[in-house]
Amino acid sequence: MSPASAMMETAEERIDAPAYDLDAVRAEFPILAETVRGRPLAYLDNAATTQKPEPVIAAVADCYRHGYANVARGVHALAERATLAYEEARAKVARFLGAEASEEIVFVRGTTEAINLAAGSWGRANVKAGDEILITELEHHANILPWQRLCEEVGARLVVAPIDERGEVPLEGIAARLSPRTRLAAVAHVSNVLGTLLPIREIATLVHDTGALLLVDGPQAAPHLAIDVRALGCDFYAFSGHKAYGPSGIGALWARREILAAMPPWQTGGGIVHKVAFTGTEYAEPPTRFEPGTPHLEGALGLAAAIDFIEALGRPIIAAWEKTLTERALDRLSDVPGLRLLGTPRERASLVSFVLPGIHPHDVATILDGEGIAVRVGHLCAQPLMARLGVPAVVRASFALYNTLDEVETLAAGLAKAREVFR
Amino acid sequence: MSVSGDLRDLYQDLILDHTRKPRNFHDLPRANRRAEGHNPLCGDRISLALDVQEDRIREAAFEGSGCAISVASASMLTEAVAGKSVDEARRLLGAFLTQTAGSPSAAGGPEVELGKLAAFAGVREFPMRVKCATLAWRALEAALAGGEPAVRTE
Repeated sequence: MSPASAMMETAEERIDAPAYDLDAVRAEFPILAETVRGRPLAYLDNAATTQKPEPVIAAVADCYRHGYANVARGVHALAERATLAYEEARAKVARFLGAEASEEIVFVRGTTEAINLAAGSWGRANVKAGDEILITELEHHANILPWQRLCEEVGARLVVAPIDERGEVPLEGIAARLSPRTRLAAVAHVSNVLGTLLPIREIATLVHDTGALLLVDGPQAAPHLAIDVRALGCDFYAFSGHKAYGPSGIGALWARREILAAMPPWQTGGGIVHKVAFTGTEYAEPPTRFEPGTPHLEGALGLAAAIDFIEALGRPIIAAWEKTLTERALDRLSDVPGLRLLGTPRERASLVSFVLPGIHPHDVATILDGEGIAVRVGHLCAQPLMARLGVPAVVRASFALYNTLDEVETLAAGLAKAREVFR
Repeated sequence: MSVSGDLRDLYQDLILDHTRKPRNFHDLPRANRRAEGHNPLCGDRISLALDVQEDRIREAAFEGSGCAISVASASMLTEAVAGKSVDEARRLLGAFLTQTAGSPSAAGGPEVELGKLAAFAGVREFPMRVKCATLAWRALEAALAGGEPAVRTE
């Protein structure tokens, strides 16, 4: 059993309030007090990006006010403060993911850049003509396109493991598509469309048995589930700060130390070298080797503050509340005549996608917006999955630690209104 | 239940009527100008077909799928351009884009009567939905220009 599923089963089954003071937590997020089109904001688009609490806003502002300088360059007091703070943030991210050491964390712009780094550096060095890379049918474009492009460039083959009727990825489907030519499997931890929680530990065992490596695309999981990359048994893990209450433009790629040590630089530039001459260059050790140019200091400090915020509440406690919100939403959606729920995975994270018969998702979203409700609509950057599901677009409601049961009821009322308008 | 406030400007009864019962919603086998509009953001796809004889649009029809706004807009377009000369259709197109997207157009102008198409004026208040309303019209633009393979509004 994965750590996430163990946690979910030990969580209380029926609770009507989180184990923290929800009003006090909501008060930490200034934007939640906004009104939209004259209604209180019900922000249910958390899988796209989350709102920011005061400590994160303060961390970014304080960086500019009191501690801003370039990282790992100067020796003056501010440069020293900036460098130490940046490395403390890295250590915090390492602990957040269960990494063995800070040196295993590469700061990147977000998950997209993390996967491009893995493909551009590790992939180009290790994937050859005739090799295979395995992904699944439910992947986000960010975990398809870097691999598709790599395969096209080197003459490798992209192999796709299917989903089943529930929207789960059966292990047999993965096992049947692994081969001695498989170099890497790249899979989502949680589907951004179906909510499916993938059995990463079991997948890791299968993948490693064939001698390949496993990359996990984790932005939909990291803010919600306790992540322990060593327990999961993967080789790469990518996530984004902005989906975890942190700033945009910052995220991390974790990889095992020996893998990073053998990877060539990807983007090149200042700050990542031991010695440069026109005849050749000696690059620095990881993670410095992968962070050319001036780093996103305020982003890293904001992310560290976000991690502190999450850890103070506790991810198992947050997950228990999000599970309550999600179950209430599933209950309410099941009452809507004709509503088609996309994905009925047995282990689901805190998001639900659906379509209403005869009403385009964009019209649903516009009606909901009129009620102050923010949801996501569209193909959710998963066009191959949309094709598999036979829909051009979906509506997605996704929950975070600050959402309320009242907001779920507002969503249900908004859907009733949409049905009325398009009767 | 009625639509409240701003939403009534977007989902007017006339628009909802065309959404529910799209007019000229079929293939046009004798069409000699065709263009497809595709909005990758929402997956909307409108195929517009025109029968143009001696510089006059004899008939217009469309197929495809989309949101309420894009379907109603395509439906009303086919009614509005039927019988018009190519030049008149271009001026109507310019006026529609000016009204709906706020893009000034040399071709259109205040002298062009939009008639029922004025129902789409409210879309301007919903910037994320403007491209839904203009999708079929961009296809018209392409079809009149000789039929681009596909146009996108994203």
